Amino acid sequence: MENLKKTALHQRHLEAGAKMSPFGGFDMPIEYEGIVAEHEAVRNRAGMFDVSHMGEVIISGPEAARFVNYIFTNDISTLADGKILYGMMLNPDGGTIDDLLVYRIDEQRFLLVINASNIQKDVKWILTHAQAFNVRAVNVSDDWAEIAVQGPEAEMVLMTVLGIDVTDLSFYTFKHLADGTIVSRTGYTGEDGFEIYATPARIDAMWCKLIAAGVKPCGLGCRDTLRFEAGLPLYGDELDEDISPVEAGLGMFVKLDKDDFIGKSAIVHQKTEGVARKLVGLEIEGPAIARHGYEVLDMEGNVVGTVTTGYRSISLGRSLAMALVGSAHAALGTELQVRVRRKTFPARVIKKRFYTPNYKK
Amino acid sequence: MENIYYLPTHEYIRVEGDKGYIGISEFAAKQLGNVVYVDMPEPDDEVCAGDDFGAIESVKAASDLYSPVTGIVVAVNEALIDNPRLVSENPMANWIIEVTIADPTELGDLLTPEAYAEHCANEKH
Repeated sequence: MENLKKTALHQRHLEAGAKMSPFGGFDMPIEYEGIVAEHEAVRNRAGMFDVSHMGEVIISGPEAARFVNYIFTNDISTLADGKILYGMMLNPDGGTIDDLLVYRIDEQRFLLVINASNIQKDVKWILTHAQAFNVRAVNVSDDWAEIAVQGPEAEMVLMTVLGIDVTDLSFYTFKHLADGTIVSRTGYTGEDGFEIYATPARIDAMWCKLIAAGVKPCGLGCRDTLRFEAGLPLYGDELDEDISPVEAGLGMFVKLDKDDFIGKSAIVHQKTEGVARKLVGLEIEGPAIARHGYEVLDMEGNVVGTVTTGYRSISLGRSLAMALVGSAHAALGTELQVRVRRKTFPARVIKKRFYTPNYKK
Repeated sequence: MENIYYLPTHEYIRVEGDKGYIGISEFAAKQLGNVVYVDMPEPDDEVCAGDDFGAIESVKAASDLYSPVTGIVVAVNEALIDNPRLVSENPMANWIIEVTIADPTELGDLLTPEAYAEHCANEKH
């Protein structure tokens, strides 16, 4: 436990009586009042998260754009200043090193936002490949803190509590404030919302203002139930070094019509030949919850896949799961079963975007 | 004074004659938060001291349920099928399974309420 990193807001979480747990190498708040109350606050009003564990890397230099496009699956060649793209970094086999956001600050500067659990690995990967380019890559993860304010009232909260005008921000865009703070209209909940990157002192001041204004602090517990309902992947569950974005149903974030990038030929191959397994949504009959790692069976009882995430959905009240299953069993409406300990329960393949997001376009 | 014994894994057994009512402790219920599903055995199933007989699911995770004694399941608490939350609200009143106790000497291996309270205090640290 001594090796766990602490975010700038760690003491605030302890003071608030949060239930803490290790995540991605950090001692993080899992819940304050409770996952259900926090989940519902984000869906119906607004909630805020300490996401300072996320990693940030700045790529700069004359070849920054060319380099980012070489390690990233989405196409940033036409990305304008102040705009953001989601995508992956792949290994040569098409497996996912990480999924990330790329922010274009200007022509020669990009911000990469990566998963906490992958910071070391990603930075090593980036630095290794950066050697062949005229770029500089700086890991600023330890210097930056980050909070997310999410929910239908998030815009109002930013305006009234933090005095940040965000009416000019559309989904997946960002801006710098005068003091260098970055505010983006992004999130991981399926709701409208914002992510704010700044120095630890500024983030702490904002957190305290938000608490004083009654904005509900939310833990990683509901961050997971929220992203799950919106069909968003979590690295380690739906994505991994042996799971490709095509298998995970994220092919739209891999642009094959751009210049060469790491993993491209593997993905071209997967797209022409097809993949052996696909990520699907499952609706499970009955109250049982299919958790990560549980087996998915066909109607004859053969194992055809594995659950990646499963919950009794808080917003939808049904037992739902995402699972990687053999492609022959991935069509919508396919009848399957899941094994939950000693029992099996009927399940049906449905769209994995269980909850329709309310993004501000 | 009721005859209640505990396992370090937070299950209790309330003993009435040769019958036992097994559930989870107040401490465990508080830790779990909202219970959304209780996976229970069937009547006539055998349970073994120290073995799992089912599971309890909160929003976050599944926790196995361990039996404090060896015996046969007489009944399961059917109210929990439609209303698993009862376990969170009042775990002592809402037992999970009723069993016949095959070997009463096994009760001697369990924690008394005092020893269990101490165990919980240590776990909190």
